[in-house]
Amino acid sequence: MKQFKGRPVVAGECTAEALVSHGGFNTLASFQNALQFGDMPLIGDKDKETKCGDQNNADLYNKPMARKALCLPQTIGSTTGGMVLYCAKVLERNPACMLFSEHIDSLAAAGAVLGAVWTDSPMPVVDCLGEEFLNYVKDGMKITVDEDGTVTID
Amino acid sequence: MKYNMTLTPEEEAILNGSQGETMAKVMKTLVLYGDAFGATKMVPVNSEKGHLVTSFGLKVMKPVYSLMDQLIEGGALSKQKFSVDPKPLDPNVPANFLQKVIFNKFMYSMQDSYDKQLAEMGLLDDKSYTCTCYMDEVGNIPNKNEVLSWAESSAVVYANSVLGARCNRNSGIIELFGSIVGKVPYFGLLTDEGRKATWIVEVKTTKKPEAQILGSAIGMKVMEDVPFVKGLDKWIGTELDGDTKAYLKDFGAATASNGAVGLYHIENLTPEAVEMGENLIAENAQVYVIDDAELERVQANYPVMWKDKEATPKLCFVGCPHLSHAQLIEWTDNVAEGLKKNGLKKVSIPTVFTAAPGVIEEFEKTPYAAKLKETGVVLSYICPLMYMNNPLCKSMPVITNSNKLRTYTTSRYYRSDEILDIITKEAK
Repeated sequence: MKQFKGRPVVAGECTAEALVSHGGFNTLASFQNALQFGDMPLIGDKDKETKCGDQNNADLYNKPMARKALCLPQTIGSTTGGMVLYCAKVLERNPACMLFSEHIDSLAAAGAVLGAVWTDSPMPVVDCLGEEFLNYVKDGMKITVDEDGTVTID
Repeated sequence: MKYNMTLTPEEEAILNGSQGETMAKVMKTLVLYGDAFGATKMVPVNSEKGHLVTSFGLKVMKPVYSLMDQLIEGGALSKQKFSVDPKPLDPNVPANFLQKVIFNKFMYSMQDSYDKQLAEMGLLDDKSYTCTCYMDEVGNIPNKNEVLSWAESSAVVYANSVLGARCNRNSGIIELFGSIVGKVPYFGLLTDEGRKATWIVEVKTTKKPEAQILGSAIGMKVMEDVPFVKGLDKWIGTELDGDTKAYLKDFGAATASNGAVGLYHIENLTPEAVEMGENLIAENAQVYVIDDAELERVQANYPVMWKDKEATPKLCFVGCPHLSHAQLIEWTDNVAEGLKKNGLKKVSIPTVFTAAPGVIEEFEKTPYAAKLKETGVVLSYICPLMYMNNPLCKSMPVITNSNKLRTYTTSRYYRSDEILDIITKEAK
């Protein structure tokens, strides 16, 4: 077991399996296909798991993101990013939590705050967990997040 | 609620509901957003116009449209008129029957109702749908040092870098909230400190680098940091004329989409770099050297997402971000000349050039419009990214010279000279 202490951007508790992106997480590229077509009859792929659609993200491409503890340095890409995260939250396709090794970026922060203010069940978001966190955590590890930003990895 | 920044009595009153519950939630969002970055205060948005990133009535974005309804019902309207990103549909752009059904019946079934919401919220007019709102023909051109509440990564990086305005890389919805309150939290690229370069990029190529690849290389390297680019003025000059602005538009879009760059400085060219020179460079800035080999490496590493990598392209998009008037003229001349050289009358691959409605309107007044039409190229105001954003395009071999379009879709990137060669030669 190892613990890391970060800053709760949106305080909350959860337990989930880790999903790790070592490079910047492109929110639009990752979510757009699954959100848009995941449950569309005939042409969709029944993607209830919200598989990552970002071809440039070798760590995550095609892996399910919903209900995972998404561990990442920061998000990158289109400025629709925060809005996409907000939609994922409302549509219940969001990760269980987002855990940033670095300081949160403006797009992810927007999504986190929109979820906190405009929905009833905010997604916990912790940042500033440090480079060691991202080096240590691996896909599938059990992660527990506490209100104060403590992240425990089993 | 607990917050750290200092608010004026008026701002605090809004937060406490003096202008209604909806405005209070809008203010709360901005305050919490600013707190995440250690913002010390809110500052007025003093640009004349805003710019929104969300132009599409996608069925899946229902949460956004519900939010828009709440804002409109709560009287939380934008205090400034705004432009918005391009429309996702244009009947002139080639699409097969199935695509048309999916576009109109499934994907963009909420376009009309969302357009109505945008109009109620403060959209400038029907011609204001473009990602290049800063074109003369569109007229949303902020002044140096003005504080903006914009989104659209390519527009934000252009406004910051080329125009010297001040805007953070706001997300969709947040940019609207800033225009509604008329204030944004003061942090990041709004501050002098946040505009300092933490990377020095040394361009040491033997020829003018392709804007879209140079931007891509820098974006992937520096991510969200601010680069100070040396050696590029050798190739693009020291005057911010039409050609240079168009180059920087494409360069910036690639830095923003392949990374998360919100501001770059070009030595001897962009306004702050001209004014402050190397004083803009932060202590201990990292160095990234770009030569011909590095650009070749970057391009060679773009994944090709086509099922059949040898397929003949079925569609070509040029204009993401939207082309400038001068770029349209240059492409028209180049395509016409290429076809003549190769003994063809029409382009061999269905090709769409995209530009802002205002730019198209002006272009249509010139003789180049007929010349372009003769080549078979379709001119459209569409957003290529939105067009391609569906499963049918996954299996469709589309080519583009846009690194942004490559990043978000399965389109295949080629340099502009390669695109010209492909569309003006007999198809395989």
